Amino acid sequence: MTQLLAATLSFGAFALLFGVLLAIAGRVFKVEGDPIADNIETLLPQTQCGQCGFVGCKPYAGAVAAGEAEVNQCVPGGERTMLQIADLMGVEPKTVEDEPSAPMIAFVREDECIGCTLCIKACPVDAILGAPKQYHTVITDHCTGCTLCVEPCPVDCIDMLIKPELLEHWSWPLPDTDRSRLAMVRKGQHAPYTA
Amino acid sequence: MLHTLLKSTAEKSGLFHGGIEPEMSKITANSSISTSMIAPVYIVPIKQHIGEPCTPIVSVGEHIFRGQKIAKSEGYVSVPVHAPTSGKVVKIEEHAIPHPSGMGLPSIFIEPDGKDTRDESLEPIENYRERDPAELRERVRFCGIAGLGGAVFPTFIKLLKDQRNPIETVILNGIECEPYLTSDHRLMVEKPENIARGIDIIMHMVGAKRAIIAIEDNKPDAADAMRNAISSIPDMEHVEVHLLPTRYPQGSEKQLVQVLTGKEIPAGKLPMHIGVLCQNVGTTHAIFDAVIRGRPLTERIVTVSGDAVPRPGNMRTRLGTPMSFVFAQHGLEHFEGLHILHGGPMMGERLKAADVPVVKSTNGLLAMKSETMMKSHKVEQPCIRCGHCGVACPVNLVPNLLADQCRSEQFEKAESYNLFDCIECGACSYVCPSNIPLVHYFRYGKGQLAQISRAKGFAEASKERSEARDARIEREKEERAAKRKKVRATHKPKPADEKPAEERADEGKPTDEKSDSKGSES
Repeated sequence: MTQLLAATLSFGAFALLFGVLLAIAGRVFKVEGDPIADNIETLLPQTQCGQCGFVGCKPYAGAVAAGEAEVNQCVPGGERTMLQIADLMGVEPKTVEDEPSAPMIAFVREDECIGCTLCIKACPVDAILGAPKQYHTVITDHCTGCTLCVEPCPVDCIDMLIKPELLEHWSWPLPDTDRSRLAMVRKGQHAPYTA
Repeated sequence: MLHTLLKSTAEKSGLFHGGIEPEMSKITANSSISTSMIAPVYIVPIKQHIGEPCTPIVSVGEHIFRGQKIAKSEGYVSVPVHAPTSGKVVKIEEHAIPHPSGMGLPSIFIEPDGKDTRDESLEPIENYRERDPAELRERVRFCGIAGLGGAVFPTFIKLLKDQRNPIETVILNGIECEPYLTSDHRLMVEKPENIARGIDIIMHMVGAKRAIIAIEDNKPDAADAMRNAISSIPDMEHVEVHLLPTRYPQGSEKQLVQVLTGKEIPAGKLPMHIGVLCQNVGTTHAIFDAVIRGRPLTERIVTVSGDAVPRPGNMRTRLGTPMSFVFAQHGLEHFEGLHILHGGPMMGERLKAADVPVVKSTNGLLAMKSETMMKSHKVEQPCIRCGHCGVACPVNLVPNLLADQCRSEQFEKAESYNLFDCIECGACSYVCPSNIPLVHYFRYGKGQLAQISRAKGFAEASKERSEARDARIEREKEERAAKRKKVRATHKPKPADEKPAEERADEGKPTDEKSDSKGSES
């Protein structure tokens, strides 16, 4: 009987002790924000283009973390980003429907610009420079190619150009052999989302 | 097992791991250096080194002299470009450079006037031993010298007398282990005194106490010439000539340092971290020219060879000479169906066209008949796991595994298996019985990894800007709201009670602070 009592009391005391410790730890080491959403956000290309249906990369990351959005909605990220997100979330990969377009940059035809600043307000990454009634211009190194500035322009003076390939950014293509092509084809066939 | 066995034997005998013994085909080893004729036009790209490109400082129509600076360097890792001959600048526009992509760079086109007048503004420094190393270093930088072995890293950066990493040994790299190439070999045979003086200048600049001239045993004439040259110059008793057994890729800096000192350069470190400085033969001669003669780098020795060249040879060629003009002087004028290689057959790159200019990195120009190239590039077969590639790898990688990872786009995994330690020597591709283009897969993988890291950096910067913008919009909104409240409160036509107005005005401040703290948080 005493043994039973001692066991019950000691276990009760331990439970109480750990309960208190956990409660303190929960307060002291409280994590602000959603770590999963943050991790997803670092995987996204940060174009802030809104092609996923959300206003930016951060809201989309939050929606994926909350299970409210699919993993395949990021178009510029393509298959690579989709696979990474699916891996992080532990869900089955899904096909990315739209092919990512070639990297683009916006270009303001300065002769036609009336200096209305509407595109400056639309740019999600502050990549357009200008002031009221002054020509605006795109900082090409900062432009993510999201196309959000094209629509608001009242005189349609913004073009989306294909980003010129720089010599320093050139990289070797995959060797042109039957086996490397075969590897690409096989990869497509064996991926779980097309089986 | 075999791997460990080979490694231990390699360590004992002072050799590097792996390596191969390819057919050397040094058919131009005995043909003395000829001098190229003046070309009808010179095309000088504004960037011929590793680092930042230069900016042209001449304008179209301007008359320039040989050795005149025509493009100035921007940034630290950069060296200027000089005119190869006297003449007129006809245009400055983009032109293809020797690069596997076939892409171009802005280039200065010079029409020679035939007089070849030199710009003599640089004073020759005969008494370099009494001069300040910093002054000589500036001279080397000004003269546009970059590593002429092929890597074209700005030489002056390496020639720093650094207290933290004092240089004890200077190594003159006269290995030239690439098949076909003989430019360094011939330079050592024909100008050994100049090279020896060049070594002395380098030793003075970095404060080194000894120097080793490393030559492979297939070039005994070069070793003899260098020995004679050293003994003819006073105060050069700390310089010795080492004859090493021929083995590819012994000329690679890390492998050569390992062979000569027994120390392995750690991954990501430079020879200077273990007190060693490596210089190429051509670079050393260019340093001699720059200091003793006051002449900037405007020419280099190029080996013109290959089974499609009727009269192969070594040629002193000015930078900017169109390659077709160089080949024409060796009897080759039609390039249909030929493989043009820039550099040696192991590490060189195939060019898409022959109208590109000779640049600082051009140590060899090879023209091969397609049949010979096709014979060596048979159809890729599946890997049979023979392990020859791992045995041949001089940096102890596992090439077959890395190639599989690159092929299946597991780039991060390849990186964790030290893909970036690969020196792209081509030994693995050479020994592969299944004809797998291993190095090509590694180049692909490295390029993809570079693109991924660039995209990541760009995404991070975009995210930062986007967050800053969001914070700014939020702050502006709150500031406006606070202002509106304040204005509304002060202009409210209820003068009887002043207290609420004051309270409201005070309310504005806390919100301001709140928004500020929010802004700094994000």
